[in-house]
Amino acid sequence: MSKEEILNMEARFERYVAEENKVEPKDWMPEKYRKTLIRQISQHAHSEVVGMLPEANWISRAPSLRRKVALLAKVQDEAGHGLYLYSAAETLGADRQQLVEDLLSGKAKYSSIFNYPTPTWADMGAIGWLVDGAAIANQVMLCRTSYGPYARAMVKICKEESFHQRQGYEIMMALAAGTPAQKKMAQDALNRWWWPSLMMFGPTDDHSPNSAQSMKWRIKRKSNDELRQEFIDKTVPQAEFIGLSIPDPDLKWNAERGHYDFGEINWDEFYNVIAGNGKCNRERLAARNKAHDEGKWVREAANAYAEKQRVRQQKQTSAA
Amino acid sequence: MSKNDNWKIWEVFIRSKNGISHKHVGSLHAPDAEMAIKNARDVYTRRSEGISIWVVPSESITASRPDEKEPLFAPADDKVYRHPTFYEIPDEIGHM
Ligand SMILES: [Fe+2]
Ligand SMILES: [Fe+2]
Repeated sequence: MSKEEILNMEARFERYVAEENKVEPKDWMPEKYRKTLIRQISQHAHSEVVGMLPEANWISRAPSLRRKVALLAKVQDEAGHGLYLYSAAETLGADRQQLVEDLLSGKAKYSSIFNYPTPTWADMGAIGWLVDGAAIANQVMLCRTSYGPYARAMVKICKEESFHQRQGYEIMMALAAGTPAQKKMAQDALNRWWWPSLMMFGPTDDHSPNSAQSMKWRIKRKSNDELRQEFIDKTVPQAEFIGLSIPDPDLKWNAERGHYDFGEINWDEFYNVIAGNGKCNRERLAARNKAHDEGKWVREAANAYAEKQRVRQQKQTSAA
Repeated sequence: MSKNDNWKIWEVFIRSKNGISHKHVGSLHAPDAEMAIKNARDVYTRRSEGISIWVVPSESITASRPDEKEPLFAPADDKVYRHPTFYEIPDEIGHM
């Protein structure tokens, strides 16, 4: 194709998605659209997978059987989310084995939120309530993303996510209504997770250079700042309801805007964690690599079994 | 990772209940059909979404090509007489 033809095709593509049409795997798409999606979807997949680690830490120490089965089911869901997303990336021509290798080698990025530690049980509450809550805001938007397989994966994920947030909030609610020590533990977790949760939406709009193109392609439907504001407006009353306070002295309802005003986010911390200097970056990657290595014999056994079955079947058909 | 771990892709179809046909829900990797069914059970039916699973190797599916859309499907576009609304029946007759 000549350069002019490609430009024509790209203009047609932009009109096509602007009219709310969906793109399917075999359709023509700009190379940059494909690359952007592969990067975004695979990072999203990695985040689901690494996201299991901070919570897996507490499964064996959950305070009751009810909490334990819930946490176990949630962590299992996250594994499934990772798989739906890797599958969506594969429809764009990405190779899953390569994606997994990039995660294990540290080349690929995942959401920085999972590089924060989970020292107390209240962190399970704060993660479900805030981290899953923030993820849901983003994922609900992505249910309408222009790439069909990504949008469908998101619909499935969103259906499963709502229990994640509810179980987290329930944990916070129980602790906040408990002994003074329990309430203090809940408040401490909120203090630690509040700001990192706000950072999950990414840099402010004026520092997010790729956003405009993603909005044009209808990959993103709302800006980082819009989503962040939505999340804050929804979450503040939930904190008030259980008697916990948001660790932001500048947080104030603005009747004129119809939104909460909030304080300055520490973006140095954000970029520092992305650069690999969060409290748990190294630990997370090491844990992921260990799990992968320890699963080696399972993969080998599955291969050996499949091969044996294949040979047996071949013999049967040739005998018959 | 060994080359052997690059298991083939299977497309997964689920029947949610009797009376409804199997519907495509997604895909996964597995070394053989049996494992593909087991994985599909874990990944796609954790909340009683199904009572029957089909798995098909992706490579076995032949798909029509998007650039054939015109010759394949356009011929149906101008055949309005295949639709009931093409025929004018007086209102007095009621539903037909
Ligand atoms: Fe998830
Ligand atoms: Fe979740």
